[in-house]
Amino acid sequence: MRLLRFRGGGGGDVATAPAPIDDEPRRPAPVQPGKSALVKVNFGPHHPSTHGVLHLFLTLDGEIVVDCEVVFGYLHRAIEKLAEQRTYVGGQALCDRLDYVSAMTNNHAWMLTVERLLDIEPPPRVQVVRVMMDELSRIASHWIGTGVYGQDVGVLVTSVMWAFNWREEILDVFDDFCGQRMTYNYYRPGTVYPQRLPDDYERKIRAICDRTPGRVEQMHRFLTRNQIFRLRAVGVGVLSADDALSLSCTGPTLRGSGVAYDVRRARPYAIYSDLDFDVITRDAGDCMARYEVRLDEILQSRRIVLQCLDLLKEVSPDMGREPKQVKPAAGREAYVEVEGPKGAVGCYMKANGTPNPERMKWRSPSFINLGALPLMSRGWKIADLISIFGSIDINMGEVDR
Amino acid sequence: MIAAALPARSCGSADFICGAGSRLHDTFPGGTGDVVIAVIKVLLVANFALINAGVMVLVWRRMMAFFQDRLGPNRVGVMGSLQWVADGIKLILKEIIIPRRADRTFFLLAPIIVVFPFILAYAVIPFSPTGIAADMSIGILFVLAVTALAFPGVFMAGWSSNNKYAMIGGMRAVAQIITFEVPLLLSALGVVLFAGSLSMTHIVGAQQNVWFVVPQAIGAAVFLMAAMAENAAHPFDLPEAESEIVSGYSTEYSGMAFGLFYLAEFGSTFTIGAVFTTLFLGGYRPLFGITVIPPVLWFLAKAYLVFAVMVWARFSLPRFRVDQFLSFGWKVLMPLAFLNLLVAAAELAIFPHLVA
Repeated sequence: MRLLRFRGGGGGDVATAPAPIDDEPRRPAPVQPGKSALVKVNFGPHHPSTHGVLHLFLTLDGEIVVDCEVVFGYLHRAIEKLAEQRTYVGGQALCDRLDYVSAMTNNHAWMLTVERLLDIEPPPRVQVVRVMMDELSRIASHWIGTGVYGQDVGVLVTSVMWAFNWREEILDVFDDFCGQRMTYNYYRPGTVYPQRLPDDYERKIRAICDRTPGRVEQMHRFLTRNQIFRLRAVGVGVLSADDALSLSCTGPTLRGSGVAYDVRRARPYAIYSDLDFDVITRDAGDCMARYEVRLDEILQSRRIVLQCLDLLKEVSPDMGREPKQVKPAAGREAYVEVEGPKGAVGCYMKANGTPNPERMKWRSPSFINLGALPLMSRGWKIADLISIFGSIDINMGEVDR
Repeated sequence: MIAAALPARSCGSADFICGAGSRLHDTFPGGTGDVVIAVIKVLLVANFALINAGVMVLVWRRMMAFFQDRLGPNRVGVMGSLQWVADGIKLILKEIIIPRRADRTFFLLAPIIVVFPFILAYAVIPFSPTGIAADMSIGILFVLAVTALAFPGVFMAGWSSNNKYAMIGGMRAVAQIITFEVPLLLSALGVVLFAGSLSMTHIVGAQQNVWFVVPQAIGAAVFLMAAMAENAAHPFDLPEAESEIVSGYSTEYSGMAFGLFYLAEFGSTFTIGAVFTTLFLGGYRPLFGITVIPPVLWFLAKAYLVFAVMVWARFSLPRFRVDQFLSFGWKVLMPLAFLNLLVAAAELAIFPHLVA
């Protein structure tokens, strides 16, 4: 398999970074008498903290990262090609396998695209349910993001175990709604399936919402205010707003650099324009900023979920109907972005008059945010590289597709 | 002297054996008796050290599970009490894979070198008034010297593995011991100043009036941190930082070769607890004069308490970066250790009756 590589770009260097020593990463470094030799290290694809099968080809000067080349493709499943052989509804199951930590937002991007091809809009109740699922999904994903970041800076799995336990409750809710815990395949054109909402969903979701602020506070006590954690996260891996924009970063990676861009506000979809929530930003652009943006977004998502619970009592009980035949007219194409936990998730589809899309293209935020890693990590130590990498919060399923 | 002060029935099992040894010595004065006593003591200490390390693994895992909202091992034996035996058997049965271009001799020698020091250190730890395998006059010096012997083993492991991560881990280990050996010795020096002796039993005896953790609070804190750093215990486990350099110096090890590193880690964690107890927590001396509990149990309880504190730190703190960590050693612990020495001298001049 031919693996893809990129070395990052963007303007400017990290202030403390030494100039990149050699341009050709594969060329062995010249050993000069009295000077330390550069060491090339294959960091991954099976390394405990590459969150899956990412491969970083590092050039090290002692412990300092001189160059970092991102190699990926080890988890490539040709999902975009497979989608051409699936129907518009059946193919949704493929996008569950992309960012499997937050499959609901993937479902949403997919189904909004299909709906735009068909020119249909689901009834309000369906939209409220979808937004509620998206936001619960965001909470779950941000728990993983912050908990695993704790492990990346060296907490021995404690924060990860907490995060997974807290996420588990949200997965239970998803199980009630759609019978699946990770790969939901919940949305349908114009509706969701099953259409009947579970019996005591409100009590369960409210219980989660009640516990969430305490847990965010627990995370703050455990990590944010820990002196060692601050040493490892504050000022490390600064990404300027200009660089973040020129590398088209989105999500907490962009908002951590002070750019208040959120698809839910910039180009509202579903019912987001009616909801009351803040776009969280931090100006520092360091690992701490990205981490704090996630924790604050958990609280904002909780706000949205509570609003959705109230809205569900008000809106009409109409759950919509799934069209008998999902066959958009030939030549139609649509591109829809939703705000996933990791950034803007985009789905492009082109119809050719058959039940299958002619072309599907997925914009995965993890993949694009990962492009900022070489820029951010040059000049930092190996330990900081892990901290920076963890603060981007990528998902390899989505990077490789 | 101290043994005579305590009632005979309060002796632990270690006392019993050693007492039997001295009776044997009376019966057979000369060579044979001495040899038998020595063999019994060596067997006792070595086996206690190894079995205790296994028990610590269990305590460690259950505590870890407690911190992480999960159950931990609870299937093998009563409440998972035999899990460490099962793990040991598994490790012994597994193949020791040696990388093709590794230096075989040093690769296999390294875990053995690493595991010896902590067993040797047990020899001079006074578990009870008579429960000490070798009451050396330079006990504390012996402990500190012998535990430092593990690091050549660690560096050998890192170097012989022919792996870049292992090499980085080994180099970090060397940087670490150079940095933290100094504050460790300096903080122990305060206690030596108080006790006026390097002997472990004398140090315990000198704490009759007050445990040294009270006048030597800074020293105790510095000693614990420096000892944890020297033992590469989290949050100072840079030589084997999992999220950075896979498993550091032990990356290429498998089977019982890895098991020995694991054993040494836990064994030396207990050694820290035991030495800390001896130096600062009054050793086997009872708290509030409760002599019903035998001294050996008092000692173990205190040592396990220190161990529990270390496990607590292990699962609640993130890891330092290597440069931050080394500057912490030189710029924070070192001055504090010197300050502690000054404090010790001043206290000794002002309150000479602190020491028994």
